[in-house]
Amino acid sequence: MPSIANGTSRLQIHQLSKSYAAPVLRDVTLTLAAGEVHALVGANGAGKSTLARIVAGITKPDGGDLSLDAHPYAPRGRGDAESRGVFIVMQELNQIGTLSVAENLFFNRLPRRWGFMRRRNLLDQAREALRTVGLDSLNPWTPMERLGVGQRQLIEIAAALSRECKWLILDEPTAALTDPEIHHLFEHIQRLKREGVGMIYISHRMDEIRQIADRITVLRDGEVAGRFESGRVASDELIRVMVGREAIDTTPSRRSVRGSVALRVEGLCAGKRVQNVSFQSHYGEILGLSGLVGSGRSETMRAVFGADGVEKGAVYREDRPQPVRIRRPADAVRAGIGMIPEDRRQDGLLLPQSIRINSTLARLEEIAWGNVWLHKKRERDWVETWREQLDIRCESTLQLVGRLSGGNQQKVLIARWLMRDCPVLIFDEPTRGIDVGAKAAIYRLLHELTAQGRSVIMVSSDLEELQAVCDRILVMSAGRVAGEFSRGHWSRDALMDAAFSGYMERRTGG
Amino acid sequence: MKQAGNQRHWLSFGIEHLGMLGILIVLITFFGFSTDSFFTPSTFKMLYNQIPSLTVIVVGMTFALVVAGIDLSVGSVAALSGTLAGVAMTQWEWSLPAAALAALLTGLLCGAVNGVISVLWSVPSFIVTLGMLEIARGAAYWVANSQMIYIGAPVEWLAEPMGALGLSPAFIVAFALVVIGQIVLVQTVFGRYAIAIGTNEEVVRLSGVDPRLPKIAVFALSGLLAGLGGLFYAARLSAADPNGGVGLELSAIAAVVIGGTSLMGGRGSVVNSFIGVLIISVIEIGLIQIGATEPIKRIVTGVVIVLAVVADVYRRKLYETMD
Repeated sequence: MPSIANGTSRLQIHQLSKSYAAPVLRDVTLTLAAGEVHALVGANGAGKSTLARIVAGITKPDGGDLSLDAHPYAPRGRGDAESRGVFIVMQELNQIGTLSVAENLFFNRLPRRWGFMRRRNLLDQAREALRTVGLDSLNPWTPMERLGVGQRQLIEIAAALSRECKWLILDEPTAALTDPEIHHLFEHIQRLKREGVGMIYISHRMDEIRQIADRITVLRDGEVAGRFESGRVASDELIRVMVGREAIDTTPSRRSVRGSVALRVEGLCAGKRVQNVSFQSHYGEILGLSGLVGSGRSETMRAVFGADGVEKGAVYREDRPQPVRIRRPADAVRAGIGMIPEDRRQDGLLLPQSIRINSTLARLEEIAWGNVWLHKKRERDWVETWREQLDIRCESTLQLVGRLSGGNQQKVLIARWLMRDCPVLIFDEPTRGIDVGAKAAIYRLLHELTAQGRSVIMVSSDLEELQAVCDRILVMSAGRVAGEFSRGHWSRDALMDAAFSGYMERRTGG
Repeated sequence: MKQAGNQRHWLSFGIEHLGMLGILIVLITFFGFSTDSFFTPSTFKMLYNQIPSLTVIVVGMTFALVVAGIDLSVGSVAALSGTLAGVAMTQWEWSLPAAALAALLTGLLCGAVNGVISVLWSVPSFIVTLGMLEIARGAAYWVANSQMIYIGAPVEWLAEPMGALGLSPAFIVAFALVVIGQIVLVQTVFGRYAIAIGTNEEVVRLSGVDPRLPKIAVFALSGLLAGLGGLFYAARLSAADPNGGVGLELSAIAAVVIGGTSLMGGRGSVVNSFIGVLIISVIEIGLIQIGATEPIKRIVTGVVIVLAVVADVYRRKLYETMD
């Protein structure tokens, strides 16, 4: 029960250490006060998530100790931690797709009588919980798997908020959320603060951290590299401490030169989420695709790529009069279109296989003698070349991709399409879950790709990112194109207005 | 850095292959010391002449498991193919090559049907091949009129030991297919696709590779090899038995799994599956020689299957922590 709101309550982390093969945390000391939002920042691999998992009882530390209000706190597991009021919302969603939203929300404490679930009670509780994250209109009996990543993340947060928690750890809660959803989440964080909940907030987004955090601790290579009061530090100062060198310029100076039409999509319809979408992309430009979660951005791209069925519409390459017949991804690839999917780990990579196997997958036949016999030396040479060009950091190209950092995994995927020499590349959320340093590398790469004359289409939830990187931004709303902006002609407000427009019309119309 | 990579590669090879051989050697030594009659030429002749049909089936089964599928119909398809060959040779007076071709084509057809239905209608291969298990068995009874058909000399030579080592033609073919199967798995585009499909089919599809054809091919291959297995089975019995090969699919799966191929797909080795066959057969023959009864034999075999898979899980963990 969040009764202690006077700030005396404390969660103390004292000289915590943890090693796997190499040390991940070294003597980390941190104090979290009730009613405080304490941001934890650092590059990927800095040890943030490990620290979070230890506090939440999921991982055991090798050394150091924790205390809650001066009582020793050594959780035996996640359940034990929760019984002491410590909760975590993790980056990886911990949900069962075939069960309903309501069942997922209350999975380990379903209201029951004689072993039977009390559906009425569950429904009421679920509605209540969904209201806390602004998902009032969602039917609690919807199967989890029908929801997009953003909504699933919100539900994970709702599950934690619905419990009596004193300490809450949020590990990148906004990675898959859109601006209005983030805004909503922040309102709830403020409310929890007033109720005396102490929060550890992990994020890569500097603007968020300055907005929400009271104090900031920077981790670098498992050690505390800096402690700041939120109001007194600039973003580039934080990034400098995180990376340990001068801040990286995330906004490239070079502007691209727009070439001829590379891809023309006309009247595309696919399911509810894609209604009569038309647009063009040019060689030498980065076209951004913006919109709220569920607005049909990813669905449009999946339809263009042939990943999902198309009901109507046509896709043209360059200025050819005949449309490309795309019934499956293989057709799109043959037409020179490559896509890097939203869920890199699920749809993009063969995680338990090597960098080599992953990067040559789209061009295996050319590596083989007579399309049959794998030419392993050629494969190795090609992969080595691309590893150097894209600066993929690994021990060897035989390393499994599941063990690479997010940024390097993304580069392996890019290598796959570059090896196939696709002139049109679609990136769906290319920087999700990637740290600041690696993000800059991906942006540079996108610009290099366009400088080489390729056409890049980039779907993203991060408006700042789109504004920094793109030459043109297309905004989708409720399955339609709601606006198109060229560089210099957009503003944050205009982009947001366009993103909401489709939903406004529908509300007034219906 | 570079050296560490090489070292891991070498070690992983040791763990992958020598572990399996180690178990086999332990078993052979154990039976060798338990009974005087184990280390005799007749034991080894018995061993290699019993295994050709299981071995060729296991080659196909390994591919089926690698693509994250399964083929439960192999025992019945083998029986159908063997029976058909027997009927063709005895009642229709076909020559052995013609009858053998018919048997192989029958197997190929059954496998292709499995593959096409499972892939085009997205039915799990477990279900489709379970159906085929019944269909092929029924067809075998039908073809043979539910009778065992004696063939005799025309097929016997296939299973007859020859030369100094006493290897039968069937064994030589089976062994060659193990080698070819392993090469296809690791050295060809088809093998690579099979591994990729078994790891994550959606990733393969989104890479612009149509996973349907390789998958159908895998099931067709499994059917074809089941057909060959049926022929070898008939050669060993000198007869076509519509009741033959009952439960063969389970022995085949056991051998593949003992060999460390994952039921989840994406990982496998034909050579290790073959060692799995040897392990199962050595246990069976060894137990007979030390005088174990049928019930004991089955219990021990069951325990070995479970232990082998548990050991594999540990082996893999060890491999992962080395990274």
